[in-house]
Amino acid sequence: MSQTRESGQSVQPANGHLAQLASDVLAMAKQHGATEADVVVADGENLSVQIRLGSVDRLSKAREKRLGLRIFVGKRSATSSTSDFSSESLRRLVSETCTLAKAVVEDPVSGLPGADQLATDQPDLDLHDETRLDTDRQIDLAKRAEAAALASDERITNSEGADFDSSWGRVVLGNSHGFIGEYRSSSYSLAVSPVAVDPVSGSMQRDAWYDVRRKFHTLDTPEAIGREAAKRTVRRLGARKVGTKRVPVVFDQETAGSLLGNLCSAVSGYALYKGASFLGGQLGKRLAPDWFTVYDDGRMVGGLGSRPFDGEGLPTRKNTVVDKGVLTSYLLDTYSGKKLGLPSSGNASRSVGESPSVGPTNFYLTPGTCSAEDIIRGVKDGLYVTELIGFGINMVTGDYSRGAGGFWIENGELTYPVEEITIAGNLKQMLSDIEVVGSDLVFRGRIASPTLKIAEMTVAGN
Amino acid sequence: MGQLIPLDSFGVTEHDVLEALGRVKVRDVDYADLYFESCVSESVSMEESLVKRATKSISQGVGVRATAGEKTGFAYSDDLTRHDLELAADTARYIANSPGGSQPVPVPVHSRPARDLYPVPHAQADVATADRVTLLNRIDAEARRYDPRIKNVMASFNTEYKIVMVATSDGTLIGDVQPLSRLQVTCIAEDGGNRQIGSFGGGGRIGFDFYRQGDRYLNYAKEAARIAILNLSAVEAPAGVIPVVLGGGWPGILLHEAIGHGLEADFNRKKTSAFSNLLGKRVASDVCTIVDDGTLPGRRGSLNMDDEGTATARTMLIEKGMLRGYITDKLNARLLGIPLTGNGRRESYQSIVLPRMTNTFMLAGESNPEDIIKSVKRGLYAVSFGGGQVDITNGKFVFSASEAYLIEDGKVTKPVKGATLIGSGPEILTKVSMVGHDLKLDEGIGTCGKEGQSVPVGVGLPTIRIDEITVGGTQAG
Repeated sequence: MSQTRESGQSVQPANGHLAQLASDVLAMAKQHGATEADVVVADGENLSVQIRLGSVDRLSKAREKRLGLRIFVGKRSATSSTSDFSSESLRRLVSETCTLAKAVVEDPVSGLPGADQLATDQPDLDLHDETRLDTDRQIDLAKRAEAAALASDERITNSEGADFDSSWGRVVLGNSHGFIGEYRSSSYSLAVSPVAVDPVSGSMQRDAWYDVRRKFHTLDTPEAIGREAAKRTVRRLGARKVGTKRVPVVFDQETAGSLLGNLCSAVSGYALYKGASFLGGQLGKRLAPDWFTVYDDGRMVGGLGSRPFDGEGLPTRKNTVVDKGVLTSYLLDTYSGKKLGLPSSGNASRSVGESPSVGPTNFYLTPGTCSAEDIIRGVKDGLYVTELIGFGINMVTGDYSRGAGGFWIENGELTYPVEEITIAGNLKQMLSDIEVVGSDLVFRGRIASPTLKIAEMTVAGN
Repeated sequence: MGQLIPLDSFGVTEHDVLEALGRVKVRDVDYADLYFESCVSESVSMEESLVKRATKSISQGVGVRATAGEKTGFAYSDDLTRHDLELAADTARYIANSPGGSQPVPVPVHSRPARDLYPVPHAQADVATADRVTLLNRIDAEARRYDPRIKNVMASFNTEYKIVMVATSDGTLIGDVQPLSRLQVTCIAEDGGNRQIGSFGGGGRIGFDFYRQGDRYLNYAKEAARIAILNLSAVEAPAGVIPVVLGGGWPGILLHEAIGHGLEADFNRKKTSAFSNLLGKRVASDVCTIVDDGTLPGRRGSLNMDDEGTATARTMLIEKGMLRGYITDKLNARLLGIPLTGNGRRESYQSIVLPRMTNTFMLAGESNPEDIIKSVKRGLYAVSFGGGQVDITNGKFVFSASEAYLIEDGKVTKPVKGATLIGSGPEILTKVSMVGHDLKLDEGIGTCGKEGQSVPVGVGLPTIRIDEITVGGTQAG
């Protein structure tokens, strides 16, 4: 593969090409009898390398494109998608989608958002980085990260590898109201997954660390990521089970983020109108202590979940989901909003082949003032959770039971690693039992939380 | 025999394919392949008694791969022109550090799979939307009729029709038509302020008639409604180490998580699996014999050939408690010097091949299922599960019960709320003391995720007794 092809300027079609395609498909839809329609076109490229024990294990490169179409025939609708952009194929897709729409029943609530609600400003949220990394550069960065992990402790003798991924993409959304929007984005991620062997028992532990950013120059150094991965792996050696009991539980940033993700699913308009969320009917009610505030901010500059407009063309915004402990906003698109008698919150998310759903943008819990160490210091006998596995959450009831791993806290100190245990409770109770939130908020994804402590949960072990 | 897929269904010629293979198979490349795929999937869904969503998706593309030693180079393209094939070939061979230039590869023999496990006529796979709509409407009525406390019914019917073709540098050119469908029903029951959920479904590589045989689809509706209603009266689950009896069928997810992933050859080649170095050793009690079998007709996890063109097989994983084998793809079988088992699978042309399970199950034993329950003084009887997960390296796995009961003095009593069970893969099967004679395969709903790739799988289990496992309820003591 030649160097010029890799590091040169974009080989994508000129700007305006995808927008033109979207308009053409909308015109075709109208000809085929669609009363309303929207089209999303996405294209992008990605380069991913995996290093294992110092050599290239895997190298993958691709360019992809996809077009998604949603057609309304009166109050009936259907969606479709294709990767074949030839005009003959698109014409067939439009025709088949119209046929499909006519086969389902009328849904009185269906339809595009009103023309007056569509985004008129499309701010530059700084989501795109022109930096093109060539293959050798990515290989080098991944090698450095893995080498740093392997060098930092002699008990690290093996590795699941280090991955460096970079991707660039464009999204164009157009609808029959005449809206047309476009944005570009990029992401760079580096992850390392070392394996440590216990010199006494011979048993193994694996853990991982990573960073992901929209801008290459803001990514943590390979060495920092590798060392953190090593630290997290080695500290798990010698993990054991503990007895079954009810104790305070401290969630680290990663596991607290997973808990916040559960809250995010519970405030999704689709789960709510179907009666499938434990937070149904709770708008305006107290969920958590009065210092607990959660935002969803679609316009955070450079944010991993930021976008200028949502999956239906509505402007994104900063919503206060939980305000001082009170549930103040659900995450809604036009459809789920109408079902609940509420306006959209600008949270329509659109994967190309599906009709819109609801998703978070940058969903986070505001930090407190305590450090993670201070929180741990405040626990006499309890669990510090650093890993959760499995799917034991019932969103209808909020019942929660998951596999966990972490460290036992005695008299404010982390003592020994624990594994093969579960933690159980009910999400609604857990939210109201949050006692303290840390100051350590860091975004490594669209959902982020500082360290937090729950007063008491059931830990099941021996 | 399976079908012979013509190359021109992908708009390519044998010459294009040979040339691309030659381009990627440079000196240091051990093996190369091209994987062509075209897939049409359709979904219709119902909620609030309205069939209001229909989706159709069309994708086509090619994945080009080269392996050299332990390295894999991979590229894919949505377009299948000669130019796109060349570009992908050049990327894939980058790992080989060899100069470019065509290498002659054997002219492939165009063949078809030796058997056809899912001979679904196209008309049976291409279900008219009106028929799908009727099916879902009847499901809604049936579930609501089961009990007035059923407040919402959600159901979806998904079909996929995939045509694949693999051309390899070792001279194979073989294709397959892979139909797949699944019908899923979820009910929400409400009684006062108490709300609960129940789900049931099934499917496989079968035609539309499958769902109508013996009113199977109505049975799915009744089962989903029954579980939702049952869970309204569920009590808190116990917490701690207790005996657990697993019912037949889908609870076989235990095998998938506890041992299946740990026996995938890639983790064992890298020595990052808790099962590395345990070949020939005891990892289960002698009543346990476990196989992975991709050759069962019509099953969701079955394939005529894997995604490298290798015929699928029945592979002995654990025989009377002893670890006998790993499941392999070409790369890992070659590097480990062990047999190729036909388990090289990929989600699509956009993903690389990994060793993956097909249908994984335990063979029937000799115990009477009722005797197994009677043998437990205080424990849990779990008959249905949601998902599971495993940490390959330390072997700890979880799976979460969605329908379970207390066993008290040898009798099944109250239903309990969902709870996660956690154990250690290399140990848990040594605690299996009884295996029933009632082997059952699951209904055909499983999807396995690994490295971000989803593939359909099956599991199966007879009723078994596990003497002790940690149950993650809330009721300690």
